[in-house]
Amino acid sequence: MSTTQPSSLASVANARIGRTQASSATGTGLEARGVHAWFGKNHVLADINLEFAAGSVTALIGPSGCGKSTFIRTMNRMHEFIPGAAMAGQVLLDGKDVYAPGVDVTKIRLQIGMVFQKPNPFPSMTIGENVLSGLKLAQIKVENKDELLESCLVRAGLWNEVKDRLGAHGGSLSGGQQQRLCIARALAVSPQVLLMDEPCSALDPGSTLRIEETIRELSDSMTIIIVTHNMQQAARVSDYTAFFLSDGGPGEMIEVARTSEIFSQPKDQRTENYVTGRFG
Amino acid sequence: MSNETLIPSPRTITTEPRRSDKVFRGIVTGGGLSSLVVLGLIAVFLAFRGFEVLREEGLGFITGADWSVTLDESANVVESNFGLSAMLVGTILCSIVAVVIAVPISVFSALYLNFYAPGWLKKILVAVIDMMAAFPSILFGIWGFLVLMPSVEYWGKIINRYLGWIPIFEVEPYFFSRSPFVAGVVLAIMIIPIITSVSREIFAQAPLDRIQAAFALGATRWAMIKAVVIPHGRSGVVGGAMLGLGRAMGETVAVYTVLNIVFQINWHILLGAGGNVASLIILKFGEAGEYEIKALMAAGLILFLLTLAVNAVANVIVKSTGKSGR
Repeated sequence: MSTTQPSSLASVANARIGRTQASSATGTGLEARGVHAWFGKNHVLADINLEFAAGSVTALIGPSGCGKSTFIRTMNRMHEFIPGAAMAGQVLLDGKDVYAPGVDVTKIRLQIGMVFQKPNPFPSMTIGENVLSGLKLAQIKVENKDELLESCLVRAGLWNEVKDRLGAHGGSLSGGQQQRLCIARALAVSPQVLLMDEPCSALDPGSTLRIEETIRELSDSMTIIIVTHNMQQAARVSDYTAFFLSDGGPGEMIEVARTSEIFSQPKDQRTENYVTGRFG
Repeated sequence: MSNETLIPSPRTITTEPRRSDKVFRGIVTGGGLSSLVVLGLIAVFLAFRGFEVLREEGLGFITGADWSVTLDESANVVESNFGLSAMLVGTILCSIVAVVIAVPISVFSALYLNFYAPGWLKKILVAVIDMMAAFPSILFGIWGFLVLMPSVEYWGKIINRYLGWIPIFEVEPYFFSRSPFVAGVVLAIMIIPIITSVSREIFAQAPLDRIQAAFALGATRWAMIKAVVIPHGRSGVVGGAMLGLGRAMGETVAVYTVLNIVFQINWHILLGAGGNVASLIILKFGEAGEYEIKALMAAGLILFLLTLAVNAVANVIVKSTGKSGR
């Protein structure tokens, strides 16, 4: 049997609970209220209600096509870039609706950063320029750029590997390094929330571990939502896990709970089937 | 054991295509090479017809400015002088004016079409711009002469008043009609469609994941365009500009209609005296004698080589700027 044993995932998740440091994340977190999403006439996401407490790490799991990525893209308003995309409901950041009329969408995206599935550094910029690109793009002035550059790369776990070649082009790094560069880039504008859309799916196990370490360190100072297909990863890095599923219709959120509970005693049979590897 | 026995020499790998593939390959090769053959034949024809004049005039054909044929009473050629420099300078001047005006307009049009225009308007505008490319050039010329010239003259006078201290904007004597500047503006309008459509296509290929990365970092649309789209499209825009430049240098009828052709080198773009190799050919072709025809063929050859050189330079520029943005 190659199925993952729920008990072992639960023990991984339990080990995770023992983190001692209190989070210094600011704000009251992020909340989705009755979020629906459509692509044209295709209803892909129905009535998602989720709260993400400040400083928590939440993993979104579920089979492909259940709307996890669409859901996190509604959080920072990246969803609306796709032609024909529509949404309903509310996304509240510190209690304020990010879709309210008059909200500056570029400010929302500064507060809710994003790391994509495929590493996407800017190839025309150097490593250093890539990290600080967010400041330039959003026209933010910073006192000490070198300090910020170093601290972002340190927090992303990349500093030691690139400190001697900050002037090299971003494309010269390996895939795992590029992804950590993208994380450093997202950190430079100091977001409250970081969305990660399968950040390790294109990476080797070594790079994946490095990024998971990074996620754990970052959770001390920000709220993280991570989409993953890797149940081990969900168990290793998250405090809470939400299970999404689509039975042909729009994707729904079946269950959300502490990660240890999802992997040891899920309330819904479908969740249990999924986390034990009986389908999906 | 020696290494020689261990390492075999590489095998020769052969593939025998099937007959249908061979036939198709033949058709495609023929199509591909035909343009090269036609171009080669034209070059050979021009060189063959113009050779006598080139040998006679020598380097003076390029450096001289005078183009004159003196006939006696029985229409025999007494003396002839063929120099192309005024026309070459004029060609370059008009084309550069055209490119300098057309490139910014085209790039902004392409950016607007790709990133700002609503879908229905984009469809209409793309159709209109493509139609502009197919518009007969004589109509551009007549419209330029009758409608555009008065206002371009007006702007020319303003430029002359404020920037007249720069040598190329000097106007002496004070005569603004039918200047290289006017011809350049008409040419600019004619080459905008090609530069716009090349730029539009290259901008549309800007990688979506980087566009999203920029937006996810809180970029405004313009900041995203500066960070992602322009670095990506730079070489394509240069390529488009060079295509436009080539078209502008070869343009005949519109320039002939607008420009005051004078056989004297004139670097002052606002002054109403200029030249253009292609217009020279159309101006002289009708009444040219046998020998002058040969001179016109030689002029054609020089224009052909100039266009070729511009395209070669364009290729080098495109290749050297192409890497950084991708």
